[in-house]
Amino acid sequence: MRLNYPSNIRIIRVPCTGKVDLIHILRAFEKGADGVYVVGCLEGDCRFSNGNLRARKRVEQAQQILNAIGIGGERVQMYNLSSGEGPRFAEFALEMTEKIKALGINPMKLAKMKKVA
Amino acid sequence: MMCLAKAIDYEDSERRSTLSVGAVILCPGSEGFDPSGLDVFGYGKYSNVVTSEEFERILSASGPYRGHLMRPLDREAPKKIAWIQCVGSRDINLSGNGYCSSVCCMYAIKESMIAKEHSHDELDCAIFNMDIRSFGKDYEKYYNRAKDEQGVRFIRSRIHSIEEIQGTGDLIIGYTDETGLIKQETFSMVVLSVGLRIPDSVANLARRLRVDMNRYNFAVTPPFDPAQTSRPGIFIGGAFQGPKDIPSSVTEAGAAACAAGTLLADGRGTATKSVEMPTEIDIEKAETRIGVFVCNCGINIGGVVDVPAVADYAATLPYVSFVDQNLFTCSQDTQDKIRDVIKEKNLNRVVVASCSPRTHEPLFQETLQACGLNKYLFEMANIRDQDSWVHGSDPKSATEKAKDLVRMAVARAGLLKPLTEKKISINKRALVIGGGVAGMNAALSLADQGFETVIVEKEAQLGGLAGDLTATIEGADIQRYLLELVDKVSNHAKIQVLTESLIVGFSGFKGNFTTEIMVGPGMYERKIDHGVVILATGANEYKPTEYLYGQDYRVMTQIELGKRLEAKGAEDLKTVVMIQCVGSRNEEKPNCSRVCCQSAVKNALHIKELNPDAMIYILYRDMRMYGLLEDYYTEARQQGILFSNFTQDHPPKVEATDEGIMITFKDHILQRDLIIPADLLALSAGMVAEDTEELASILKLPRNNEGYFIEAHVKLRPVDLANDGIFLCGTAHSPKLISETISQSLAAASRATIFLSQSEITLSAVTAKVDPDLCAACLVCVRACPYGVPRINEEGVSEIDEALCHGCGICAAECPAKAIELNWYEDDQVMSKVEALLKGVL
Repeated sequence: MRLNYPSNIRIIRVPCTGKVDLIHILRAFEKGADGVYVVGCLEGDCRFSNGNLRARKRVEQAQQILNAIGIGGERVQMYNLSSGEGPRFAEFALEMTEKIKALGINPMKLAKMKKVA
Repeated sequence: MMCLAKAIDYEDSERRSTLSVGAVILCPGSEGFDPSGLDVFGYGKYSNVVTSEEFERILSASGPYRGHLMRPLDREAPKKIAWIQCVGSRDINLSGNGYCSSVCCMYAIKESMIAKEHSHDELDCAIFNMDIRSFGKDYEKYYNRAKDEQGVRFIRSRIHSIEEIQGTGDLIIGYTDETGLIKQETFSMVVLSVGLRIPDSVANLARRLRVDMNRYNFAVTPPFDPAQTSRPGIFIGGAFQGPKDIPSSVTEAGAAACAAGTLLADGRGTATKSVEMPTEIDIEKAETRIGVFVCNCGINIGGVVDVPAVADYAATLPYVSFVDQNLFTCSQDTQDKIRDVIKEKNLNRVVVASCSPRTHEPLFQETLQACGLNKYLFEMANIRDQDSWVHGSDPKSATEKAKDLVRMAVARAGLLKPLTEKKISINKRALVIGGGVAGMNAALSLADQGFETVIVEKEAQLGGLAGDLTATIEGADIQRYLLELVDKVSNHAKIQVLTESLIVGFSGFKGNFTTEIMVGPGMYERKIDHGVVILATGANEYKPTEYLYGQDYRVMTQIELGKRLEAKGAEDLKTVVMIQCVGSRNEEKPNCSRVCCQSAVKNALHIKELNPDAMIYILYRDMRMYGLLEDYYTEARQQGILFSNFTQDHPPKVEATDEGIMITFKDHILQRDLIIPADLLALSAGMVAEDTEELASILKLPRNNEGYFIEAHVKLRPVDLANDGIFLCGTAHSPKLISETISQSLAAASRATIFLSQSEITLSAVTAKVDPDLCAACLVCVRACPYGVPRINEEGVSEIDEALCHGCGICAAECPAKAIELNWYEDDQVMSKVEALLKGVL
């Protein structure tokens, strides 16, 4: 399909979104990621029955934690699509990129920039 | 030279060879109809009239406009596109192709949806059609989405002309709408939905092979033996048997393989060669030495990403001992090169930066194994599908991304450990659930190939829904066929039939299942060990609640009508009305039941045969007489059977009186209500899946909203379930005709045979393992596992059987004590990618 989408996304492969741990998401922010999103099968259509629903819960947990510590829960999102929906994947990439652009960079990076300045 | 990889020998010439074979399978396929000869469509005369095949290329990223939606004349983006259906199909006058090509409605809908996605501005799509035939599994939902969500317009019409407007290149379509009014509308572009036809070269081949063809040059196959051509030993799969879509082609190819396999069963395994693998190198004490191979993929990667820069960068990464770049890393000579380098440089981890692991990981892993490296010491960075292909307009960012992806891959590679794949023997017995036409055919095919088979049927006798059917539309006697089939199955030495039996327990894993069955009538419990399962649970005719069904004896379903005609004839029937889509294509059951249109036409023709004076009205929404069935629709109209179209919002009204059942419907040509008094009202009741809720929960198998089992891949794996060792056939998959059911059962048997003919199977090493020292036996994993695998062992800690584990990793993520790791996706291996990616950001 080769649909263009923003080039600021790096994919990490997991066997099922159910394997994505809260700590994986949080570590990304700790190391300076501006946003993280998890893409899984459609709800009700998980290859492994319910892994995507568990992933959604963990994403929600991560959102709460990020809200609580001031980084902002909106920086982490869960998306669902089927393997035949390439265009949706590109849409998600665009939507997430625009969301993050609107939110600005990870505030932890701001601190570092101030120090450097 | 055109081929950069020099894979093509341009000097090659024809060679003749003689092969001695026991069976032949014909899959020569079909080609798109060429509309050049049909003046009315202006193809070849107007540049903005293209065929659907050409439009497919226009939409493709590797097509003439690199995926940008443009029309040929002026390379402008079209604002309005029209699709004209049935070009070279359902057309006796112009092309002579009386059949329906089966696939064009769906591809036109797909093309319109993709065109809308590709278009930057609002795009208006209109599909001019006679009927929309979205009869396949879940196809109706796709059609509804196009219509209701994407605003694709569906115009029921007949086209009489296409003219170009001079100067603009726009096209005026002149058509007659369903009320008979002549209308016209202007479009920027017209796509002709061309049908499928058998190429002359295929017809000539068939003649040389002395295989009978029908008048359209499709191969003739008997209704109950759909893979068999007229010549014994020659079998058939795909569109040469009749126009069909990908899932049906894949299914029928499976049926042909099964039929050929049955014929050749004695020779199985006599001509195989096995590959010798060297013993594995122990790398435990070796220092980490990573080799990185960056692929240009011709110009696919190299044309966008600065591959030399990525390779230079890779050489600076920790533990990287060797870097190379290749034109095509997947080519055979590169594999040889990689093998030599691994040995020469003592590499013990390999990273390939190229394409998708989904297609190429196994190939590279084999190369590792061939020089004694464990296949799990391998990692890929996808710098093509995830990079050069999607960021082609920004080579600089694409190169930066490629470097990041390589750095991430190298980081993970350094942490990979060798893993051992467990080999298990398999039980060669098959369990077939359901003793209808599907189950019996699958069982018979397996048993004929030498595999012991057990059929579990919940009713007291075999037969299923076919027990209620009389004849196929071709006139083949279903009851006679069924009797013979039951007889063969019941008397087969390798088949055991358990009737009045229920499945109450299921455990084990592919190759080694155990099923607990309550066997009737005494309901004693039996345990059966088996290697595979074939699901053939079937479907039933819907019991209508509409149109006075069950309240008036003159209202009946098509199956009941079929039996009535058999028993009482049709002498007494002066007027018969049939209503289509009863219990299908509505809010509750959105899908089309596929078979009811032909059931109606079949019964209508039968009535006409018994009583030529009978008046028959068929009230329909779309007549879905797909493929070669269209001929029967044509015949029905020629015999004076009247077809009238209604919409879902305005269904016919039915009233019972002493004079007859009064049916009121709006005639679409007269545009006014007609009232027909009928002696009999036949309801074309849809199909409903057998109630398998409990079975699905015992076997842990997914079903769709309508209760049909979900196959592993809709197009490419139509008879496999996502769970290995379990196969699916017949109406348990979706509604289908008896010949289609037989095809699918043979296909399922064929897939099961592939599995059963192995002596042992290798299990993936990507499984979860518990660290007993960390486990607190909190039962979180026990509850989280979708397959119920973890159990608390004698030591009081959780234990995961690697043979049962599906490798999803849910337990590893849920475990609060972090006592569970998923092999190959261990936390530090996943985290290493996050850390490598974000190195230096903070």
